[in-house]
Amino acid sequence: MIKDRLSGNEALAVAMRQIEPDVVAAYPITPSTEVPQYFSSFVSDGKVRTEFIPVESEHSAMSACVGASSAGARTMTATSANGLAYMWEVLYIAASSRLPIVMGVANRALSGPININCDHSDAYGARDSGWIQLYCENNQEVYDSALQAVKIAEHDMVKTPVMVCYDGFITSHAVENIELLEDEEVKNYVGKYCPKHHLLDSENPIAVGPLDVPAYYFEHKRNQAEGLKNAKKVIKDTGMAFLELTGRKYGFLEEYMTEDADICIVAMGSTAGTAKYVADMLRQKGIKAGVVKVRMFRPFPAEEIAYVLSRFKSVAVLDRAESFSDCGGALFLDVTSALYVHGKKVKVLNYIYGLGGRDVTTDDLEYVFNELCELKEGKEKTVLNYLGVRGEDNNAI
Amino acid sequence: MCAGCGAPVVVRCILSALKPEDHAVIGLATGCLEVSTWLYPFTAWKDSVIHNAFENVSATISGVEAAYKAKKRMCEEKNTKETKFIAFGGDGGTYDIGIQSLSGALERGHDMVYVCYDNGAYMNTGIQRSSATPEFANTTTSPVGKIRNGKHGRKKDLTQIVAGHNIPYVAQSAPRSAKYGGFKDLYNKAEKAIYTEGPAFLNTFAPCPRGWRYSTPYLMEICDLAVETCIWPMYEITDGKLKLTYEPKKKLPVEDFLKQQGRFSHMFKEGNEYMIEAMQKSVDDEWENLKNMSV
Repeated sequence: MIKDRLSGNEALAVAMRQIEPDVVAAYPITPSTEVPQYFSSFVSDGKVRTEFIPVESEHSAMSACVGASSAGARTMTATSANGLAYMWEVLYIAASSRLPIVMGVANRALSGPININCDHSDAYGARDSGWIQLYCENNQEVYDSALQAVKIAEHDMVKTPVMVCYDGFITSHAVENIELLEDEEVKNYVGKYCPKHHLLDSENPIAVGPLDVPAYYFEHKRNQAEGLKNAKKVIKDTGMAFLELTGRKYGFLEEYMTEDADICIVAMGSTAGTAKYVADMLRQKGIKAGVVKVRMFRPFPAEEIAYVLSRFKSVAVLDRAESFSDCGGALFLDVTSALYVHGKKVKVLNYIYGLGGRDVTTDDLEYVFNELCELKEGKEKTVLNYLGVRGEDNNAI
Repeated sequence: MCAGCGAPVVVRCILSALKPEDHAVIGLATGCLEVSTWLYPFTAWKDSVIHNAFENVSATISGVEAAYKAKKRMCEEKNTKETKFIAFGGDGGTYDIGIQSLSGALERGHDMVYVCYDNGAYMNTGIQRSSATPEFANTTTSPVGKIRNGKHGRKKDLTQIVAGHNIPYVAQSAPRSAKYGGFKDLYNKAEKAIYTEGPAFLNTFAPCPRGWRYSTPYLMEICDLAVETCIWPMYEITDGKLKLTYEPKKKLPVEDFLKQQGRFSHMFKEGNEYMIEAMQKSVDDEWENLKNMSV
């Protein structure tokens, strides 16, 4: 075990160096730029034997990843915001071709207006693309999830690409203490990638991406859904094995102070960390606050989250993206639908927050917990809310 | 594919230049060639083949080539067979929507061949104009009407744009009828392109009977006329040196090429003589230009 201090981007790049994929194709975009930057220096210094493709766009980055992965190469990339949006068409092709590509996504607000700071609109936009999405709270989770993502994506029962999402600047650029595995440990952990079928096998040539007519397309999409379904078990098992290796626990959700909590915030990414801090503060005042962090957004752990949240009297779901549905953010809709389907009746509020890098402060989250207290006591509350934006009466600006 | 289509003729000739002992991975841009050669669960291709999307065949095949290099470096590839990487795209997928991906892959220097089969419009979606459509041609998005006369503006000179990338080998070719040497020129250029290290580009003339409105048996005659009128000059650029690989003994007037095809029929109507004159002038200018560049 190595103790170090790394930014989120650096943590991902170091994980990639240790994994040593066959191919990395990437294009610079703030705030994920440092990932290909660090990685290309590993290439230049001979620290990896990876073929690095400095493509001319993110569209070509994902296209080259599809080509490389179809050729049997372990393939990785990283991007943010408009870069991810530019890949959008090819994301679907990667997923439907069942290619185990692993991509870091330093979450950044999608234009427009153009903005370089954090929110989850980029990854939310790719929500239905068929990729597994894991959200990280801090740098340690970025490193750990990148290693696990390779195992998950390449698993025979999954064969599905994975996005490792982490908050732009907040996580990508902040330097934190981190524990790393030794290079050899990582090599042994990820093992070799030897797909059964690939383009370079001249004895057994294959065709990737043929025209799929109505007689077959549906079955292929159904099979693809099965891969996502299987991913749940594999993500769980991978987390358990990782716990044994490192002592760090990973699953679908992380519960914090929930044993006896009666109010709870549900969040993804770095905000979960802030919420934990606020829960600690409120505990000192005798308020039974808890936090549920959603790590696995796709596939969505509907049954598990319904079961966990059913224990609380009131819940606030935080969405770091506006989905313009006028019926709540994407996480809120998934959570409430999970509760309904599993017959759990819990009072739930939704807060859209932190768009375009707007800070979410401890005051903001304390306000949310206070609202949950009042809701729990029977006071009427508006279900759909914005947090920390001018013009709303609920906040501190 | 349709009877009288140039694309399969061109593809078969190019792939015949691959040595039998070598393996190839074929990349296909979305288009007629792609949709008609492999409907799941069938494939007409003997080599491995990949289709990704419309605009990204260059980036896709560059990824395959990178995987090959990486696997060779890491000594993991048990199969030591020499592998070539050949991408095919129509003019829509090459001149228009795929030009960025193409330019990027050429500049990065991947060991690959890009073949454009140029039929001068988006034929797969039903004859819409592309930047490879000749001036005045009637297409479904440059229709001849009461106040407009077909496609506005001259065809993009993609071969010269590609030459600007300073890659080792760039060529323009067409299948010819037996009296003009048949497939020799195309075959020779394909062989050079495939066995030149680094990126190579072949722009091949590929008539489309549906889009051009010619009678299908005239496929080879149309090819010959395109070359004999100098509408489709045959040349190659090796390490920056341009060489004409064919010069017509007697350059034919552009009308000879145009009159065979329904897409140009309005050019022969009274009052439209200026169109033929304009096209003749642009062909003459380009031909002179090429002759001056030729070493």
